[in-house]
Amino acid sequence: MSDTATEKRRGAFSSRAVFIMAAIGSAVGLGNIWRFPYVAYEGGGGAFVIPYIVALLVAGLPFLLMDYALGHRFRGSAPLAFARLRRWAEGIGWWQVAICVAIAVYYAAVIAWSVRYTGFSLSKAWGDDPETFLMEDFLQRSPGVSFDIVPGVLVPLALVWLVTIAIMALGVQRGVGRTAAIFIPVLLLAFTALVVQALLLPGAATGLDALFTPNWAALTEPAVWGSALGQIFFSLSVGFGIMITYSSYVGRKNDMTGSGLVVGLSNSGFELLAGIGVFAALGFLAQANDVAVTEVVASGIGLAFVVFPTIISEAPAGSLLGVLFFGSLVLAGITSLVSILEVVISAVRDKFELTRVRATLLVTVPAAVVSLAFFSTSSGLSVLDIVDHFVNQYGILLVAVVSTLAVAWGARALPTLSAHLNKHGSLRLGRWWHVLVGIVIPVALTYVLVQQLLLDLREPYEGYPTWMLAVFGWGVAIVALVFGLIAGRTRWRAGTEVDGYDPERVPEEAA
Amino acid sequence: MSTAAIVMMVIAMLIIWGGLVAAIINLRHHTGKDGEIEDAQEPPGYRDL
Repeated sequence: MSDTATEKRRGAFSSRAVFIMAAIGSAVGLGNIWRFPYVAYEGGGGAFVIPYIVALLVAGLPFLLMDYALGHRFRGSAPLAFARLRRWAEGIGWWQVAICVAIAVYYAAVIAWSVRYTGFSLSKAWGDDPETFLMEDFLQRSPGVSFDIVPGVLVPLALVWLVTIAIMALGVQRGVGRTAAIFIPVLLLAFTALVVQALLLPGAATGLDALFTPNWAALTEPAVWGSALGQIFFSLSVGFGIMITYSSYVGRKNDMTGSGLVVGLSNSGFELLAGIGVFAALGFLAQANDVAVTEVVASGIGLAFVVFPTIISEAPAGSLLGVLFFGSLVLAGITSLVSILEVVISAVRDKFELTRVRATLLVTVPAAVVSLAFFSTSSGLSVLDIVDHFVNQYGILLVAVVSTLAVAWGARALPTLSAHLNKHGSLRLGRWWHVLVGIVIPVALTYVLVQQLLLDLREPYEGYPTWMLAVFGWGVAIVALVFGLIAGRTRWRAGTEVDGYDPERVPEEAA
Repeated sequence: MSTAAIVMMVIAMLIIWGGLVAAIINLRHHTGKDGEIEDAQEPPGYRDL
């Protein structure tokens, strides 16, 4: 089939710029804003720059380029790209698809909370006790699992799903591409405004001092190098199908290595900006309460929905700070959620040859129903915390190790893939890339994985009941793997080129 | 801020933000040099289904 026909069938980005925006939109997510500042602070402050840059150059970017090569050369969603690489590898792609479904279902909930908190910022609805407000008034948290609906979460969550479904139904360029092309510049403007406002607060310098003062002793701890690797890896959106899918929508003659450098450094550039903004604000909070910065440092949900509301209440023009902060979370979250869902929709379209709208509805409506059932209820936070931890560790990290081993050693495809990228790429990939992807990355990721596994086997994650960990943690991770194995054995439609696909054959219309 | 903190902040900014600027310049330069590389135009017959 010619390139034009394939583009008509699958969709495509209209330009390289749109592809880069979409890839940045995927990489820049909640983790950049609420995870990086804390990880950097805990990992040696200013000294963390060294393991962080090493992890970016040695693992993050090389992995990103492997994903790009797979999608760009084999012109397919994750399952189709792996099937075209080697028929036996298709299951890896479906495993990634299943992981994306699990993530999309809870990721939407955090975006919905951020939507609600953008509104709460105007009235500072949390009063003087944001933690009690979050747990009791807003989430109405109950121990264990319950299906008591919390309307305050249900409504924004339904709204997030409606908007996302509309974006996905519009297609690759008009939906995914255009959303990123609008949201990412707005996000950058909003977050820069937030950083400027935070830097003008009294105590901002104290916060920056805490973030950047180097603790060189931290560099002797393997755990710090592991956390730098984990941060780079989870933040770049590599290893679970997104970058494979996106790069399959880019024209054949693109500089994929040069684009990869821009995407990877944009992601890190935004993290640095987030670190400065968050710690300037934390410095203000510490000074206002006459405590050390270390007393107010937090990450994740605690940082966003407990510490930031406190800052918003105490800071001059706090409501503006709140709208900028939670608005940024919404923008960064939506572009990431869109990319996660695109992995699933693209795979379904490739396999079943459905129209865009049909595939979108087939994927997003059940996902939205499950998301609403589990996360608009009073047990939402516990389930979210468990699924997030286990899917990250035993989903994303594990499938990433398996995919590098399959590509490098199972298929022995690294020389072909580097030659493919070198054809039009500005950064030449040599043997060093083969060594990084084939040896260094799987070894390093396995180290991080085993460390976490030992911890999870020693004591139950966050003290949750064993049955909850078994169902929502191990259960979800295992189901994703088993789904991949089974789905990878199903037949393709007669018209889909899988075994006979020749990536070197340039169709007439594209030549 | 302590001197050490300021130095590390400046180093981080130079490497990461400087690296980003260099990467963008490299990408633009490469596109300009090689006319074959597609950019900023819709692929022929592009249409979303």
